[in-house]
Amino acid sequence: MKTLFRIQRYNPETDRAPYYQEYEVELEETDRVLDGLNAIKGHQDGSLTYRRSCAHGVCGSDAMRINGVNALACKVLIRDAGSKITLEPLLGFPVIKDLVVDMEPFFAQYRSVLPFLINDEPPPTGRERLQSIEERERYDDTTKCILCAACTGACPSFWANEQFVGPAAIVNAHRFIFDSRDRGAAERLAILNQRNGAWRCRKIFNCTQACPREIRITQAITEVQREILFRNST
Amino acid sequence: MNRIHHYDALVVGGGGAGLMAALYLARNRDLRTAVLSKLYPTRSHTGAAQGGIGAALGNLEEDHPEWHAFDTVKGSDYLGDQDAIEIMCRDAVEVVLELEHMGLPFSRTEDGRIAQRRFGGHSRNFGEGPVRRSCYAADRTGHMILQTLYQQCIKAGVTFFDEFQVMDLVISEGRTAGVVAYEIRTGDLHVFRSKAVLLATGGFGRMFAVTSNALAFTGDGPAMAFRNGIPLEDMEFFQFHPTGIHKLGILITEGVRGEGGVLRNNEGERFMERYAPTMKDLASRDVVSRAIYQEIRAGRGIGGKRYVHLDATRLGPEVVYTKLPDIADFCRTYLGIDPAYDPIPVHPTAHYAMGGIPTDVDGRVVIDPSNTVLPGLYAAGECACVSVHGANRLGTNSLLDLVVFGRRAGIDMARYCREADLPPLPSDPAGPTRERLDQLRGSRGDEVPAVIRAEMQDVMMDYVGVFREQAGLEHALERLRELRERYRHVRVQDQSRAFNTDLLETWELGGLLDLAFVTATCALNRTESRGAHYREDYPARDDVNWLKHTLAYGREDGSIEIRYKPVVITRFQPKERVY
Repeated sequence: MKTLFRIQRYNPETDRAPYYQEYEVELEETDRVLDGLNAIKGHQDGSLTYRRSCAHGVCGSDAMRINGVNALACKVLIRDAGSKITLEPLLGFPVIKDLVVDMEPFFAQYRSVLPFLINDEPPPTGRERLQSIEERERYDDTTKCILCAACTGACPSFWANEQFVGPAAIVNAHRFIFDSRDRGAAERLAILNQRNGAWRCRKIFNCTQACPREIRITQAITEVQREILFRNST
Repeated sequence: MNRIHHYDALVVGGGGAGLMAALYLARNRDLRTAVLSKLYPTRSHTGAAQGGIGAALGNLEEDHPEWHAFDTVKGSDYLGDQDAIEIMCRDAVEVVLELEHMGLPFSRTEDGRIAQRRFGGHSRNFGEGPVRRSCYAADRTGHMILQTLYQQCIKAGVTFFDEFQVMDLVISEGRTAGVVAYEIRTGDLHVFRSKAVLLATGGFGRMFAVTSNALAFTGDGPAMAFRNGIPLEDMEFFQFHPTGIHKLGILITEGVRGEGGVLRNNEGERFMERYAPTMKDLASRDVVSRAIYQEIRAGRGIGGKRYVHLDATRLGPEVVYTKLPDIADFCRTYLGIDPAYDPIPVHPTAHYAMGGIPTDVDGRVVIDPSNTVLPGLYAAGECACVSVHGANRLGTNSLLDLVVFGRRAGIDMARYCREADLPPLPSDPAGPTRERLDQLRGSRGDEVPAVIRAEMQDVMMDYVGVFREQAGLEHALERLRELRERYRHVRVQDQSRAFNTDLLETWELGGLLDLAFVTATCALNRTESRGAHYREDYPARDDVNWLKHTLAYGREDGSIEIRYKPVVITRFQPKERVY
């Protein structure tokens, strides 16, 4: 089927401001939006620029706005995106070129929540730390995050204040706060109790809708908020 | 003038092998270490691995590293080096526990230990039947390994140069002296000076039309090594995973069969029972891939088409949704089906390079049949060939290879950096890279990179895939020669400096064409069938003439010189391979 792509373009070396360019591509309805981008780049306009790698929704490279909604270009099929598809870079991040945004601020926020296991007790020798199936299940959802930034880039609180640590960072804090092997929850919760921490979430649910991994992000954020209150009251 | 950076050790690639090495290097506070990756490290293809990492923990039933080693040797069709395999299977237990201690969220058994499942080719007591050896985190084990290692690197304060594409090695007076890297955001060339360099750039499945591999899997490390006169080992052995999603090639983990899923042909028959009476659907990947194609050739593909069914419906929704959630998601997204209720249309997909840059068991790159080390240069992971996978890799052994040999390389690099001094930098080390880039950018030719790439991928798929024979391989080589010639007139459209992925993809295509040519050359050269390399005109394994590794060297004129190196055999004498 003929598919019309309307893509936001911006080359920092030649353009003062972003503009839209249209391309027509012949695609099958089971093709991915990414297949459309690759067809344009390969056969019409090599200068069209976007990130991509795994092409099946696990590496997190190609998050962008597809018809106004954040998603991975490799996880949206043409039959769902329609015959006219508008592609724009994620909102809230500086645009480097076309659909490529600067991810450094995003990763800085991720790093700020201490996204690694904290436990100074020596692990048992010759075997694993034990964890029950229920304890493992407690934080399962947030281990799925691929750091694609679709959630943070969909968050109105983040658009309003880019100092907000954002949903992705809170998800990654949640992953450790609720891991029975971790001992760093107090430290992380103190970070998220600050001005630009978890309380900036206004429960708009854009993040949850945007997540290509279907993580219940708003719920995870709420659990973190509850944990801050619970720990501060005991 | 290019910027010059000074380090002791450089790691090229931010996947499992690279990050594991970086972690071990970072423990040496006196050494300056940096990781350069053309992607953000969490985008690396390690994250796409699904089913598990092999280790004889014995959490659910009796198991031993010796059994694991035997299975790996047998899986390799006796081409794997047994000293390296013994080390890998012994270290396996330790590294898996180490990953758990780092925080990796493995799935758990009832008694809180690391959960394990069955996987292709892994057996109890030297082939008696399947064993639970694959340690898993649902069906996103690679994702969890990649995330955990990246998290630990952040904790350890490892220095990263993200979106820096390494273009060339700097070799000075016969020793490694650093790398030349292209900063993707600015288009600037940088020289990174160092004593040691680890290549951990992953595989090159993008030379095939249907592959499970990331678009970024373009073999940059092996291509760079090859251009610098370093041989590539066993390049004729490329694994086709039996179960890629029809047309797309997206991987459906062997864990589906490990949990009890079976392959069925058009008649609904569980056909693997005929091909592998003991291991059945859990025979090794080369065996299962060939069986699928044989069913298709016999007209028993589904509806006469070129795919069969992977039936997971017998697992029940509970197992599918909890143990294989990503598989369920892929099927919903790309096929519009629910694998708990519908069979999955699959066919083999190009998956894993057994061959690559030759190394010893400490990741040191060796450059000839007598294993002479190129001082300071290391390789680990899929881009390397230790060789632990020989002619065919077992499932779960790639993640294991990454962490075991990434770790060993990191440890040995630290030792080397302490002992060695910094080699002098040649004058203008970035010169050759700059010239080649200028040539690509300035070309007035009319060849389109995407067209050349697609033609290469079709040629490789049609003639250098699961089944091979002389005439087809000769035809493939002729086509690849033509494509390499046409590549000299390729045109890069994007002339900007910032984030010029047009230029970089074209650069990568040049390397892929070289690697495809090497692969086809070695496939034509090896007149026997072993593991993943199946010659229809030489259908038997020939231990008398071919129990040896291939080393392929690039000559100045673009042709290839082939030499051989013996296989290391310790405990397991080659015998007939039956599953």
